[in-house]
Amino acid sequence: MATKKALTGVKRHSLSLIFLFVGSLLIIFTTLTLFNMIFRQIIFDTEGLLEAAADPVVVKSIVLTLYCSFLATLIAALLGTPLAYVLARHDFLGKSVVESVIDVPVVIPHSVAGIALYALFMSRSPVGEAFSNIGIVFEDSMWGIVVAMLFVSAPFYVNAAREGFQSINPRLERVARNLGASQWKSFCKITLPLAVRHLFSGAVMAWARGISEFGAVIMIAFYPMIAPVLIFYRFTTHGLAGSQPIAVLLILICIGVFVLLRTSAKYWEKKK
Amino acid sequence: MITLENVSHEWDDFSLKNVSFSVKKGEHFIILGPTAAGKTLILETIAGFYVPREGKILLHGKDITHIPPEKRNIGFVYQDYSLFPHMNIKENVAFGLKMQKLPKKEVEAKVQEIMDSMGISYLQNRLPSTLSGGEQQRVALARSLVIDPEILLLDEPLSALDPRTRETLREELKRIHEVRGTTTIHVTHDQDEALALADRIGVIMDGKLVQVDDPHRVFNEPATEEIATFVGVENVIDGKIISKTAWLWWRLENIRYALFQISRKEK
Repeated sequence: MATKKALTGVKRHSLSLIFLFVGSLLIIFTTLTLFNMIFRQIIFDTEGLLEAAADPVVVKSIVLTLYCSFLATLIAALLGTPLAYVLARHDFLGKSVVESVIDVPVVIPHSVAGIALYALFMSRSPVGEAFSNIGIVFEDSMWGIVVAMLFVSAPFYVNAAREGFQSINPRLERVARNLGASQWKSFCKITLPLAVRHLFSGAVMAWARGISEFGAVIMIAFYPMIAPVLIFYRFTTHGLAGSQPIAVLLILICIGVFVLLRTSAKYWEKKK
Repeated sequence: MITLENVSHEWDDFSLKNVSFSVKKGEHFIILGPTAAGKTLILETIAGFYVPREGKILLHGKDITHIPPEKRNIGFVYQDYSLFPHMNIKENVAFGLKMQKLPKKEVEAKVQEIMDSMGISYLQNRLPSTLSGGEQQRVALARSLVIDPEILLLDEPLSALDPRTRETLREELKRIHEVRGTTTIHVTHDQDEALALADRIGVIMDGKLVQVDDPHRVFNEPATEEIATFVGVENVIDGKIISKTAWLWWRLENIRYALFQISRKEK
């Protein structure tokens, strides 16, 4: 009797149960891939991991990756926040074109993006020449890495920021203005504080996307080596044993930083 | 005193057509119109968020059509109260005074005074999301009144409240208006609200102001059949007025009918 009851219970929830099972396959696929690498490295080759962590070339490349991506995110935030606000608040002719342009970097192959960036920013092109006149060179330089990261990560920031601004009722800004706040004041006192969570998570996404970029960066700046390039290089020259420790190190650092950012954001919010 | 002179403007799905009216100092003027008649847009135009394509808005005789909202000193209470969700109640109320860069002590004193008079002091450290509709409405009112606005704009101030709170707040609005005498323009679709609060009523239909009159005249002598239907006159009789005295007879008949009803009930 009891089994029959349980059975009807299973039947009643059959859809959810089957979906849960099928869906968990995807989760298993993702976690297994990552954990397999991480745990095998930690358990079977601790030495290799420590060696990589002590290798100045590796450390330098990881620091460079984090730093370049940070710069790219900063630029994305400075230029993307106003853009996102305009897109959230105003309708204009060609708005959908602008929105598609923002999303283009997400859909094109990143090696293609790298070629395009190289063609534009190489010192033989007019744009690259203009920049080299003020001392900024992109080929095989940090700035090359930054523009490549900016190109691929900006959409993540802009879209998150736009969603954030859209979620704020424009009436709040209007009330602020009725109460004597100028447009700038109302933006700074009302809109920005209310959108800050979205802006922050957009920035984290953009930063993560920048760190993971390989295809676009390698076209314009093989050197100085960012971590993904170094991993690829070591993989082709030293194989799995030479590249996996760096990969695990990078992944651990990234996870650590993201956990730190998320908890600090949560703590910050609670404090408010 | 605020005057709209032949104001016309077009939005995507609504337009104002040649709207003119004038609200005297201390008056409570109600714009009555069916829902979705663009009443909020009229208030937003008066507040300065739209520059009308044609026409002028005058405040105390001065043309303010092109003056930005923050320099008009007009208070606005939206239907959804629009309290700043990231600030507590006290900060919400103090916002306008802080924008005027008043000294801290003065801000504090004014905020306390208005919060006491509206009976919301106990809410001061709470966040808007934890307040009931009635409480939010009082806070929104306090926030716009604390800056001593020339004009107070109320956008359907009672329609989002439950019936009991609505009645209390209607009395509250009346009291505030009697005490402070702030010139008020108030839009609503609710005839009872209009009748209870208005010094004068303007009826708006399809973006046109079709009748501006004393409340009892709007309800007893609607200018057109449409207005009559909207304000709830049930018996509309087709015909031609041949003599105005007939009107008087009709009213007397009504009174007689009413008396008849009362006497019948008493039996």
